[in-house]
Amino acid sequence: MDYRFTQEQEAFREEFTSWLNRNLPQNWNPNAYHKFDSAEEWARAYCDLQRRLFKGGYAGMHLPRQYGGQGRSLMEEVIVLQTLYSVCDELRVPGVVTHSLACPTILTCGSEDQKREFIPKILDGTHLWCQGFSEPNAGSDLANVSTRAVKQGSHYIVNGQKVWTSYGHLANYCILLVSMDWEVAKHKSLSYLLMDMKLPGVEVCPIRQITGGSTFVELFLDNVRVPAEMLVGKEGDGWKIALTTLMYERVLGDVSKASTYLKNFYQLLRMARESRRSGRPVIEDSICRQQLARAYIDVMVLKYHGLRSLSRQAQGGVPGPEGSIGKLLWSEPMQRISEDALTMQGLSGQIIGDSPWTVENGFWQTTFLRSKGDTIAAGTSEIQRNIIGERVLGLPKA
Amino acid sequence: MDIRLGMIQMDIAKEARRFLNNECPLDYVREMFEDDRGFTDDKWRKMVGMDWLGVRIPEEYGGMGMGQLDLNVVLEEMGRVLLPGPFLSTAVLAAEAIMAGGSDSQKANILPRIAAGEIKGTIALHERDGGSDPEYIRMEARPNGDGFMLSGTKIGVLDAHVSDLMICAALSQPGSDPLNGITLFVVNPKAKEVSVSLLPVMDGTRKMCAVEFKDLPLSREDILGEVNTGWSFLEKVLQRVQVGLCAENVGGAQRAMEIATSHAKSRVQFDKPIGAFQAIKHRCAEMYVDVECGRSISYWAAWAQDQADRNEASLAASVAKAYCAEMFRKVSTSAIQVLGATGFSWDHDIHLYLKRAKVNEVLFGDPTYHRERIVRILTSGQTYRTERDAGHEVGLKH
Repeated sequence: MDYRFTQEQEAFREEFTSWLNRNLPQNWNPNAYHKFDSAEEWARAYCDLQRRLFKGGYAGMHLPRQYGGQGRSLMEEVIVLQTLYSVCDELRVPGVVTHSLACPTILTCGSEDQKREFIPKILDGTHLWCQGFSEPNAGSDLANVSTRAVKQGSHYIVNGQKVWTSYGHLANYCILLVSMDWEVAKHKSLSYLLMDMKLPGVEVCPIRQITGGSTFVELFLDNVRVPAEMLVGKEGDGWKIALTTLMYERVLGDVSKASTYLKNFYQLLRMARESRRSGRPVIEDSICRQQLARAYIDVMVLKYHGLRSLSRQAQGGVPGPEGSIGKLLWSEPMQRISEDALTMQGLSGQIIGDSPWTVENGFWQTTFLRSKGDTIAAGTSEIQRNIIGERVLGLPKA
Repeated sequence: MDIRLGMIQMDIAKEARRFLNNECPLDYVREMFEDDRGFTDDKWRKMVGMDWLGVRIPEEYGGMGMGQLDLNVVLEEMGRVLLPGPFLSTAVLAAEAIMAGGSDSQKANILPRIAAGEIKGTIALHERDGGSDPEYIRMEARPNGDGFMLSGTKIGVLDAHVSDLMICAALSQPGSDPLNGITLFVVNPKAKEVSVSLLPVMDGTRKMCAVEFKDLPLSREDILGEVNTGWSFLEKVLQRVQVGLCAENVGGAQRAMEIATSHAKSRVQFDKPIGAFQAIKHRCAEMYVDVECGRSISYWAAWAQDQADRNEASLAASVAKAYCAEMFRKVSTSAIQVLGATGFSWDHDIHLYLKRAKVNEVLFGDPTYHRERIVRILTSGQTYRTERDAGHEVGLKH
């Protein structure tokens, strides 16, 4: 057992860090929180950095060269992600579906043509992807999708409605879960399509969320003609594909999150040292000290559990349902940590917009609100516990 | 980076599981729970035969010279079966103290006999007013001619009633910073100036004693290390035992979870196995998450103990101790809830797990103590590898 990266890997980390230093947006402060005025600006910032990463030879470190990747090891990708997520995690947010879902799905289940067509454009920042999974009546019961795809000649005619589609108004393509309307168990009728968002009949309607911003949309599909070659795998494979690819990139996501959270923790620690409450530094309050330590422990658990799962995967192990642990480990603690952070700020904690009294550019306020979605999106905490209970512990289904 | 147990460690674990399943069934544990001595010579001899007493003792002194992780692999299996008896006090407390601070002659005299199972030992540390704080040592060692005279009372001394040697921490320079005025003495618990009484503790598988010293004369040769330098050795020993307890907690919690989960599969209420109900299923899933996270964090802490970076080792010990201590108490409590009234009975084994969890929680610093310690370390201005490999403070422009 060894937690150290090799000397070559550490040298690569330094090389990449110094490259990143030269390629971040002007005046980027890695220790401050960056707000974007609109989803458009946010997505542009993501694409710009992704383009630079690709040109610099740092996009898709572990992906095959024939699809635009670097053909190196998973550990190099981990190093790139750890660095990116600790200094500019904000710039990665719009690309999460693209890199964690679309890319691994196409790579592991897509046809050769699909791989050649889409992977390079993901890696060079040309394409932003969105996810058309949830529907008004298919949330936690995801298999209940009612968006229909009917094969007509060389096309699928798709009709239905999707919702909570992040960056749907800005994305170029959509990974779409549809029902083939067969007389079989519902999860066996699902198929997985890659849909061009510019096709006639695709309409998006932004939803304003709890933070006040609009990064996701409702998606209306009216007789959209998706070419048959945009089917991933076979008809009826949709459920299996959606589930297995969810597992694959999850562990990289956990490790990335740990880097961001560690940065956030140090921001919190700095805040506690620099701000005062009831006439004395917050850091001197014994309850706040306990909260800070709990936050640090949460981050270390996320980090070391993530690295342990990653290590298993890097040695050729197949990721399993135990990946559901990671989702719980980053979504639940940040709710506690941000609540504690607001408590430490006292009444100033109410200020979310620009004012002379705004703390940390409103980071903890935004995080307090946004983290409420983390335990819901990508499988609620309850669904994760069902998966662990049934698929890991072998408890019977309800 | 490779965060998996090595082949040898997996073999050790397998051997330990097999041996302990045969030699330490819960019938034996229950018998020893009620027994004043707390173990049988027959079991002790067999354990000596497994070479476990000398896992950490250097080969030149008759041990195996292995690392903390190797020891933890064994301790996890011991925790799983709630092994009673003076293993922790002898192989971890006494042996580590001699290894950390002993002179060549003390090492040559004591370590081979511990490894060979000829003598048992312990540390007398805690005092009544100290709570679970291991730094609170007020018992004085008064100057007495060329040596010292020891008077006072230690409580919560593990296995003192069966020990052949005891390392006692006392204040040799009152008035100064206690951490610079502590001396460790190797004392004979069977001396007439020492009286040992067994305490009627909650967990009968982990015997504790009160030890009273009445004018025990000690010579220079009885000192472990140098006068007034005891804390530097003690700190190392405490980290070892804190990290060791993490492994015990993981093993015990794993078994408690298995007992609860298996009950949830077989117990039928409302015409269903209760594990089909989400209230129970999610409780079991939470136990699994907690146990796996405890394992991940304690692997890190065990690994760090044998690395050159003492800052990381010390921080990791407190992070893991705080987490795993609460984890085992939480999991065993949850297990009782899943078992229902059965779990409240003396006849069911689960209460033995709860009781071990509770004593391990407060031994050598409870979670509150360790969380305070984490914040003290993080605000001390030292840097850690954990920060560096998350890209924190990597010299990016500010």
